[in-house]
Amino acid sequence: MSFFETKHLTKAFGGLVAVNNLSFKVEEGEIYGLIGPNGSGKTTVFNLITAYHPITSGTIHFRGKETNGLPTWKICKIGIGRTFQIVKPLRRMTVLENVMTSAFCRTSSSMVARDRAIEVLHFCEMEKKLDYSANNLTIGDRKRMEIARALATEPKLLLLDETMAGLTPQEQVEGVQLIRKIRNSGITIIIVEHIMQVIMNICDRILCINYGQEIARGTPSEVANNQAVIEAYLGKE
Amino acid sequence: MKHRQTLITLGILAFFAIFPFLVTSDYYRHIFIIALMWVVIGSCWNLLAGYTGQISFGHAIFFGVGAYSAGICTTKLGISAWWGMLLGGPMAMLAGLFLGWICFRLRGSYFNLATLAIAEVFRLVAIYWRDFTEGMQGILIITTFRSKVPYYFLALGLAALCVFSISRIIKSKWGFYFIAIREDQDAAEALGISSFRYKSLSLMVSSFFTGLAGAFYMNYMGFIDPEVVFSLYFISIMAILVAIIGGAGTIWGPPVGAFIMVLLQELFRSSFFGYAPKWVSEAHALAFGLLVILAIRYMANGVVGDFPKIFSPWYGKKPMPSVAAGGN
Repeated sequence: MSFFETKHLTKAFGGLVAVNNLSFKVEEGEIYGLIGPNGSGKTTVFNLITAYHPITSGTIHFRGKETNGLPTWKICKIGIGRTFQIVKPLRRMTVLENVMTSAFCRTSSSMVARDRAIEVLHFCEMEKKLDYSANNLTIGDRKRMEIARALATEPKLLLLDETMAGLTPQEQVEGVQLIRKIRNSGITIIIVEHIMQVIMNICDRILCINYGQEIARGTPSEVANNQAVIEAYLGKE
Repeated sequence: MKHRQTLITLGILAFFAIFPFLVTSDYYRHIFIIALMWVVIGSCWNLLAGYTGQISFGHAIFFGVGAYSAGICTTKLGISAWWGMLLGGPMAMLAGLFLGWICFRLRGSYFNLATLAIAEVFRLVAIYWRDFTEGMQGILIITTFRSKVPYYFLALGLAALCVFSISRIIKSKWGFYFIAIREDQDAAEALGISSFRYKSLSLMVSSFFTGLAGAFYMNYMGFIDPEVVFSLYFISIMAILVAIIGGAGTIWGPPVGAFIMVLLQELFRSSFFGYAPKWVSEAHALAFGLLVILAIRYMANGVVGDFPKIFSPWYGKKPMPSVAAGGN
């Protein structure tokens, strides 16, 4: 049994099939890339895994257990953390309070949650911004805070949804370093990303989808040279 | 800083503790008792709406259920209405669970409208279920004390207990979860927060204390009828005004708002103690409406939330940035 596995995952919004018969396996400790052109269903896959949308058909297994039917908050409890493509900071809270809120996932004590949150913010190199209001953060810091918040729930599997979009090149380099650091701390990662440089750099394996269907899978170089992938992104001659 | 806050709190409590001995007029004691009761209801509304983000137009449900629990103790069970102080809270909490079970499936304005509708259902049931509630005839009991002082201290104790409990809850895990749900329910779910469970918990605490306030009202006033205790205008809207004028999402907002609103209500009711023409007292709904418009336009965070802004000319400080959880 794989660490994480989807089988024949399908999601239809009325007549529109957003995810179609998608099966993939993620092994413990790897960084798994999910790519595809705009509207190809990447975020929908994340929303299915975290139960924001009910699955039309197919199954998802995480560490040997089926997650179908669990509510979103329980998916988090069993160890799947996520970030949002469109960041969702808790606006009228400080950075520390944001991360503390998620640290309460594993404890009921404010002291423990606070220590845990500070630890995670150090890990994400945001320790200088503890008392900033989440409202006043730059987009780069908001994305970083989202990662910190997801980490504070102590996930085994982390779903990163376009955490690099909108960042400066310097911030992207730092972001890649952070993602590597997270993996080295023992967390498995599934990452959705548009920036090819990032994805080719850090992923162990990649799945490319278009119109909700798999079009290619393999190592970064295999996928980059795949004819179907090139056509999906650039069009046919 | 923390010491200073504790000292100020103790100072305020001490003032309220000696107030009935300084002021012997029953009229002013009565106003303070009513204001303290509104501290409870306003704080409860604030916990659910100001902190958890679930704006209720139905707090009259809990107030009414609490009041009727006390009243029915006397009319149907033949025991003292004071038992209502034990029964009113849990009964209101049950009503809260029922309301949550139905309404928390909805979000935003749909939730608000559902609470409004259910509050009307409760009011109509209280009017027409005459065998049980005495209908529009209302419930009349003989009050225990002639003096206002025992009631005053009961109201003070209730207000202090309520504000203290809520301030403790807000600093705990529950408080963080409530505020997270207010700020973004989808993000909260992704952080392992069951929004249904925590919204229900917030509503349970909120309805419990509102029910206690209702039971207190029955015992204090000695008379209730559905048009008063289940009233949309006199209870549900007043609860919203108290919290918004004072400052929703702050601990001290509703207490301040309660005194402002009760004083204003009294000013209008008595036509500014008889100095203004009589028609003024009939225009109080209009005046409250205008007050809400002005409050939302110029101090959306209420007197407490916008304190630095309102008093900046005298205060000499710039408005503080909104940082604290549930701050402004």
